[in-house]
Amino acid sequence: MSTSTNIPESPIKDSKLNGKHFNCVIIGAGMAGLASGIRLALAGKESLILERHNASGGLNSFYSIKGHKYDVGLHAMTNYVPKGTKGTPLTKLLRQLRIPYDAFNLYPQLQSKIHFPECSLSFSNDFKYFESEIAENFPSCIDGFHKLVAYIQSYDAFNLENIAVSTREVLKSYFNDPLLTSMLLCPTMYYGSATEDDMDFSQFVIMFRSLFFEGFARPINGVRTIIKALQDQYRSLGGIRKMRCGVSKIISKNKRVEALELDDGSIITANNVISTAGFNETLALFEPLKAKNINQNNVGKLTFTETITLLDKQPKEFGWNDTIIFFNQSEKFSYKAPKDKLADRNSGVICFPNNYDYSNQANLEYGILRITALAHTEKWFNLPETNYQSEKAIWYDRLLETALDVLPGQPKSLKGIQKRTIAKDMFTPKTVKKFTGHINGAIYGCPNKIKDGQTSLENLYIAGTDQGFLGIVGAMLSGISISNRYCLKD
Amino acid sequence: MISQFVHNNFMTAEQVKQIVIDIINEIAPDEDTSDLKSEVNLREQMDLDSMDFLDIVMELRKQHDIEVPEEDYPKLASLDSCADYLTPKFNT
Repeated sequence: MSTSTNIPESPIKDSKLNGKHFNCVIIGAGMAGLASGIRLALAGKESLILERHNASGGLNSFYSIKGHKYDVGLHAMTNYVPKGTKGTPLTKLLRQLRIPYDAFNLYPQLQSKIHFPECSLSFSNDFKYFESEIAENFPSCIDGFHKLVAYIQSYDAFNLENIAVSTREVLKSYFNDPLLTSMLLCPTMYYGSATEDDMDFSQFVIMFRSLFFEGFARPINGVRTIIKALQDQYRSLGGIRKMRCGVSKIISKNKRVEALELDDGSIITANNVISTAGFNETLALFEPLKAKNINQNNVGKLTFTETITLLDKQPKEFGWNDTIIFFNQSEKFSYKAPKDKLADRNSGVICFPNNYDYSNQANLEYGILRITALAHTEKWFNLPETNYQSEKAIWYDRLLETALDVLPGQPKSLKGIQKRTIAKDMFTPKTVKKFTGHINGAIYGCPNKIKDGQTSLENLYIAGTDQGFLGIVGAMLSGISISNRYCLKD
Repeated sequence: MISQFVHNNFMTAEQVKQIVIDIINEIAPDEDTSDLKSEVNLREQMDLDSMDFLDIVMELRKQHDIEVPEEDYPKLASLDSCADYLTPKFNT
């Protein structure tokens, strides 16, 4: 690449990266960025992963407070299939990354459910069980459901030519029961929809397969096992990763990335750049900034708050045997950012990381109860610091009360659970923004995905959540696909 | 290792097939390559997809400096067609 007078002189003279050229620079050390890096390293390309945070994982990461380990993101790894299952996303990605199946140390879920006031549908990693639950609870819909399943099996969800179709409309053409439609949308939306109340059918198909045809699993030590496997593989192949070092500007010329300016002022160059920072988040780095590039209608707004409670007993001792519960308490299920409250108590997700089949392994030291609810972005962002802490405490209690309403067993009261609590924490949209840089703290990114990964700059590509494959397996596959398609050949 | 004398000696079609099998073993360690039929499409005999063929091409480049342009990927369909297509490349 020729040097250009357009590249500003960096004020940092002794930075190790300053002035360096790479075959490919990857922005972000989340699942997609690490997977991209492994593909490039396997191809013998000199690559650099830049991460602003001090831990890898992006939206799926981990931290410790007072000696207690917490996970963020991952409730369950979707797309789980047993070792040796052919042709599924998990198998493909492990092969592409040349990571052995056992490195992820996955254990399957026990059983999960979709819990509505009128009805509860259980499911496991055996799809036949879910079908039998639907046959029993929705006998008039079962034929239509079978036809829908056949359609989902044959649907080419990864076809980049697919136009957006309403999932509600498609489901209506197979069975006319709004309750079943809502019960199928509840888990698929909570685990991946960047749009309110309805989702693009391609995205629904990807989620439906990953949740129901395939299934849930978790490494016994949580998401850090997966991140470590990715990091180790990248490092062993000679890949370079720099932490606490974000990209502050993407400097372009003639519709190409000319250089990247880093947070420390270093200037580096690359043949190709893959950004996993999010689509709009990437556009916001453009220099010169073309604000018109950012379409406000395509800025993600959906975000969540989550409580994490460490308990002195295993969940099953409280009578809580499910792995994940997707619940709705209101008359009409609605997946929408709350209008006037900090969080929505009408629906959400309850997760017990203890409730996996860890076979002969000792279970986790403490019982863990996680509750996820839709949150109001601006309200959380606009709280003054003192109120922020007190509102967090109030909403922690409220979400816990909601969960206790939904859960069977004992205790039923906040007091009862407080007695058994070892430690607790809570994240809000502000936390997500702080650690991932996502505008609005949006978890599933922008509503209209960039399926071909291309941008207005010809050597800059988008991978990760905003490219449109969902879940952590989806994020890794996104990193793989974008690298394969654009960055391995030259 | 066969690959060590690749560039000094004349390669036979059988040696080229073995190189391809070695690469498949490396990129798809779970696949059984012991009974592969030379004339039958590799995809019919094993669980390989287009992503895996990309890796075969990648390893040919990395390990043997052999370039396979995208329009020639179909020529890697079976072991026989691999040998027909790759042997002259190994011997130039």
